[in-house]
This record gives sequence, structure tokens and C-alpha cells, in this order.
Amino acid sequence: MQRLKGHVAQSALNIIVLIKHVPDAQFDRRLAEDSHRMDRSESILSELDEYALEAALALSEQHGGKNSENTVTAVTVGPPAAVAAVKKALQIGATAGVHLSDEALAGSDAAATSAAIAVLIQHLGTQTPVDLVLTGMASTDGETSLVPAQLAARLGLAQLTQVSALSLSEDGATLMARRDGDTETLELQASLPAVVSVTDQINEPRYPNFKGILAAKKKKVTTLTLADLGLDPALVGASGSWTEVLDAAPRPARAAGTIVSDTGDAGIQLVDFLAAQKLL
Amino acid sequence: MATILLFLDRTGTAAGSPLSKVSEELLTLAHTAGEPVVALAGPSDDSLLEQLGRHGVSRVLVSEQPELNDYLLAPKADFLAHMVISTGACAVLLENSADGKDLAGRLGIALSAGVITDVVGLDSELVAEKSVLAGEYNVRARVTTATAILTVKANIVDVVAAETPVTAAVETVEVPFDAASQQVRIVQRSPRAVSGRPALEDARVVVAGGRGLDGDFGPVEQLADALGAAVGASRAATDAGWIDHAFQVGQTGKTVSPQLYISVGISGAIQQKAGMQTSKVIVAINNDEDSPVFEIADFGIVGDLFEVLPQATAEILRRRA
Ligand SMILES: Cc1cc2nc3c(=O)[nH]c(=O)nc-3n(C[C@H](O)[C@H](O)[C@H](O)COP(=O)(O)OP(=O)(O)OC[C@H]3O[C@@H](n4cnc5c(N)ncnc54)[C@H](O)[C@@H]3O)c2cc1C
Ligand SMILES: Nc1ncnc2c1ncn2[C@@H]1O[C@H](COP(=O)(O)O)[C@@H](O)[C@H]1O
Repeated sequence: MQRLKGHVAQSALNIIVLIKHVPDAQFDRRLAEDSHRMDRSESILSELDEYALEAALALSEQHGGKNSENTVTAVTVGPPAAVAAVKKALQIGATAGVHLSDEALAGSDAAATSAAIAVLIQHLGTQTPVDLVLTGMASTDGETSLVPAQLAARLGLAQLTQVSALSLSEDGATLMARRDGDTETLELQASLPAVVSVTDQINEPRYPNFKGILAAKKKKVTTLTLADLGLDPALVGASGSWTEVLDAAPRPARAAGTIVSDTGDAGIQLVDFLAAQKLL
Repeated sequence: MATILLFLDRTGTAAGSPLSKVSEELLTLAHTAGEPVVALAGPSDDSLLEQLGRHGVSRVLVSEQPELNDYLLAPKADFLAHMVISTGACAVLLENSADGKDLAGRLGIALSAGVITDVVGLDSELVAEKSVLAGEYNVRARVTTATAILTVKANIVDVVAAETPVTAAVETVEVPFDAASQQVRIVQRSPRAVSGRPALEDARVVVAGGRGLDGDFGPVEQLADALGAAVGASRAATDAGWIDHAFQVGQTGKTVSPQLYISVGISGAIQQKAGMQTSKVIVAINNDEDSPVFEIADFGIVGDLFEVLPQATAEILRRRA
């Protein structure tokens, strides 16, 4: 597969952060009865993508800092309202934003989403070389964790997923990361460019401050359509997806349980309950 | 019968170790739905083959190529892609772990095949059930391509052997790895501490503690040991450093669905519920009667955990004596 760029030790670091605009989990989240698509009216920047943005800003600050030519571009694929997530990322500190929006994208599964993002990143790479693509560990709506792996596979880039620590060598050529598995912790190394997904263990995301909110107003958001990328609409959306949802139903409510207040013997009552349920 | 390919990663496993419970569950699904074939990364041994034979596996394709160990995941996906092509499998079953999902994603691109994650049920037409939006919806979905790649959650089937045991024959294979799959080198491995208690994902009973424990997991551990249970935690407890992150239950931790989940000093935020609300029986102990956890509890106790837990533990031990 085509490389985004051959690696040359170069001064500026160009990072893309993938962010998704997702329904806020603090509210009831719903799927439409007919299309099974998500109601996206109360949406926010996916909390898990804030860790990726923070990781990008931290790397940029460690390698050149504020006065460097480094770029951190927040990129989203989603309906018109998704631009709100890009604006939030600009307030937090991203230097520019890109929003790919097209009706043909609706109903994309992970494979179709990764196809669109891959073409979008190649397109951006022709303007500015891309060193690193950072993503969250999962979108808080789709929650498949497939997009980062599929994107890396499509672009032929190094794939470092679910990492809980990330750093770049002094010369900017080698990425070092830690991945906590169930039985062992791995220390990983790869050359740039790479796709990296980060867990919520990696850092403490910063909040937008007043200065950041003002500065964001002057930052550029580029809106693109599939036509701008020369991407065939049949390759995305429902037609470009390799899975389909047949039906969706709200989970049956759990039957109301027994709630008791402890008056001194609740521990015994608990054991009685477990015994009655044959759980001892 | 349709071939179903199952991936067993034994690259870090000592020879002679029994199959994990999750692997046995996948094998059960595979031999119920079709003809199971195993793609094995890492060494094979007689006891493993004997176990596989009991699950109706007559064909085991083994690779012990060093790339499988030297690089992160991608060579394993290459291996699997070659095994799907050579066996003509119509479905691949993988664990629903971080590794399983990453493999599934890459394999999907290599084979132009659809992937469904978080599967909790599977019928003979390979229609998958999964729960989405933190367990708020149940969805039935299917793959529309020739090969289906499915990552399957733990604890969704009872392990049963195949009707007729077979002899598993081993074929050693060598596959070519893509250059792009050899970019992320594993430079160091360190084993994570093991607790001696049952693994969180497999356990029949989980006792989980939250911020209410105020730094002291003792009462939770003692109740867990009396019940032979695994210990779990909320993110508030893992973030505070009271217990390792590996024990976190929830959206960014483990998803569990045991027979019994005892939630102790946990408020029941949506991200915590995402990891436990499919448990069969939920018990909650919390001193705030308005805690959302009581909305999903089958049995709730409004009370001080430091009183209730030691009393319950002592009572269990007394009845056992
Ligand atoms: C992106 C994201 C991902 C997240 N992922 C997860 C996740 O995977 N897992 C997870 O758990 N959380 C997760 N969270 C955090 C989640 O939102 C909650 O903040 C967290 O679950 C709260 O933990 P807690 O219930 O232990 O603490 P609290 O909400 O502070 O609740 C403590 C409870 O203990 C009770 N209590 C206190 N003292 C006692 C006592 N003596 N006896 C009895 N009860 C007592 C209190 O009444 C209270 O209800 C995530 C959050 C975000 C934003
Ligand atoms: N539509 C999208 N636009 C931008 N980034 C996305 C999109 N979908 C997924 N991602 C990225 O991929 C990560 C994993 O998402 P998922 O595979 O849906 O769980 C997210 O945390 C995002 O960083």
C-alpha cells in the first residue's frame, strides 16, 4: 500500500487525531425503529477521543512546543452537526479541523467508515505529510474498536492499538508505546508514520480554557464531501458496509428487585437471598 | 457442513496448560454450528489435541513462526487470513478481547469480510445477537460478505463436548507475512501479577468494589474468597490506585456477565453498568438509597458496607462449617 510519506527526520510533527461526535451517554440514547440508526440530537465529542487529543497535544509540546510548526488536526466523519466536535477539539488545542460530511456516509459500519477515513487521510497527506494518526480506544456509540485496526490495515501503516503510554524518540523517528494485555504488558517500538489508539489510562485530558475558546474562533475548519475526495459513494454508507442490522429492540427492563434497609441483619438477609437463589 | 475457523493463541502459553474457558465456549459454538477447524499460533501438545478432539476438531493448523511472537498482532492476522483462504471457512470466531477485536478488524480488511463484535448469541444462519449502547439495546445483525468474522463474548454458552469425539490431526503451516505487518516490534514483555482468584471474565460470581471502600478492599476480598468469586472494581477505585486497572469493570474495563454480581460501594454510573448489567443476578450494597445501582439490583441493601460485608462473609463461613 502507498506510504503517506517516506520517513525523513523533519522538523515539524504533523498529527491527525480522529474524533467522533457521539450521543451523550448522560441522556437516554435511542435507535430509530425503522432504520435502526442512532438518534444523534444530543451529541458531544466522544470522551474517549479526548485522550487521543491530549496525547497528540502532549507529543507536539514535547517535540518542538508552541513555537514549532507542528500541527494537530482534528478530523471527523459525520453529519453536519458533527462539526461541533471539531470546534470543541480546536478549543482544547487542536490547530486545525477537517470535517468529512456527506449524506452517502450515513449507515456506514466500521469497514465503510475506515474506508472513508483512509481516503481522507491520503488526501490530507498530499497537502501535509502525516506522521501519526491518533484515535480513541473505542467510539462511545459504536464501541467496536475496529476503526483504528482497519484504518492501519488499509493504509499499510504500523498499528499500535490500545496503548496506555506513548512517547517519541529524541530524533522524532521512533515511537515507543506500552500495551497492557490481560496476562502481560508489552513494550512496543515502531517507526513513523503509524496509527495509534490510546486507552483512558494514558493521560488526564485538559479542558478548554478561556484563551483556548477565543483562539479557536480563528482556527480553520475544512469541510469536505466525497466528491472532493473522488470517493465513490457506493464504497461507503450502507452499500459500502459488510454488515447489516436486522432489528433492534430496547433491552427488556429488569424486574424490580427487593431493596432492604440495614437494621443490623442485612448481611444475614443477603446470605438468605443467595441461598434461595442457589448461589451459595 | 460449513467450516468454522477458530483462532487459538498459545504463543505465550506453557505446553500442557488446559484450554481457557472462553476457548472452550468458542469451540462449543463452533461444533454446534458447523465443522470446527483450529488455527493455532504457538506450540501444540498431546493434551491440547485431546481436548480439541473432544470438541470435534479433526483439523489443527499450526504455525510457530517467530514473527508471531516478535511483532504485535498483525502477523497473527496474516496467518488467520491464509487459514481462512486455505480452509474455505465461512466464519471465524475470535475472543471479544482487545486482541480479538484488533485481529478481527485486520482480518476483515484482508478478506473484505464483515466483522461483528460483542456477539452474545449466534444462530445456524450466523445471525448474531449483540447488545449495544451500554446494554440498552439488543440488536440482531449479520455479515453480508462470504466470510463472517465474529468476536464472541465470554459466558454466553455452557461448555459441552461434541457428540462424537474425533482425533485431531496437526498440520504445520508456514505463511508469508506482509511487510506492513512487521512494523511494530515487541521489545519487552512483563507478566502481569496474577491474583489466584478466578479470572474476572470467566467467573461465575464477581464481587466488585468502588469508591465507597475508601481504599480498603479487604471486605470485598474476604467475601469474594468465601464465595470463590473474582474481584472487580469501578474506575473510581482503579483510578485511586486501590487495585490494578486489570480489575476494572465497565465501558473501558472488562465486560462481565456472571451468574451473580455483587456491587459494593459503587454508584452505578452508565459506564459501570455497561460492563455488568447483563449479569444474571445483581446484588447492590450502598449507603445511599438514591444510587442508580438500585435500579438494576435484584436484591439491594441500603447500608454501610463495612457492617454488611463482614456479617455476610461470617454467615457464609458459619453455614459452610
Ligand atoms: C469515558 C469514561 C469511561 C469510563 N469507564 C468506566 C468503567 O469502565 N468502569 C467504571 O466503573 N466507571 C467508568 N467511568 C466512570 C464512571 O462514570 C463513574 O465515575 C465511576 O463508575 C464511579 O465509581 P464509583 O461508583 O465507585 O464511585 P462513586 O460514584 O463516587 O460512588 C461511590 C458509591 O459508594 C457509596 N458509598 C460510600 N461509602 C459507603 C459505605 N460505607 N457503604 C456503602 N456504600 C458507600 C456511595 O453512596 C456512592 O454511591 C468512566 C467514565 C468516563 C467518562
Ligand atoms: N466517524 C468517525 N470519525 C472520526 N473518527 C472516528 C469515527 N469513527 C471512529 N473513529 C475513531 O476510531 C476510534 C474507534 O472507534 P470504533 O471503531 O467505532 O470503536 C474512535 O475513538 C475514533 O477515534
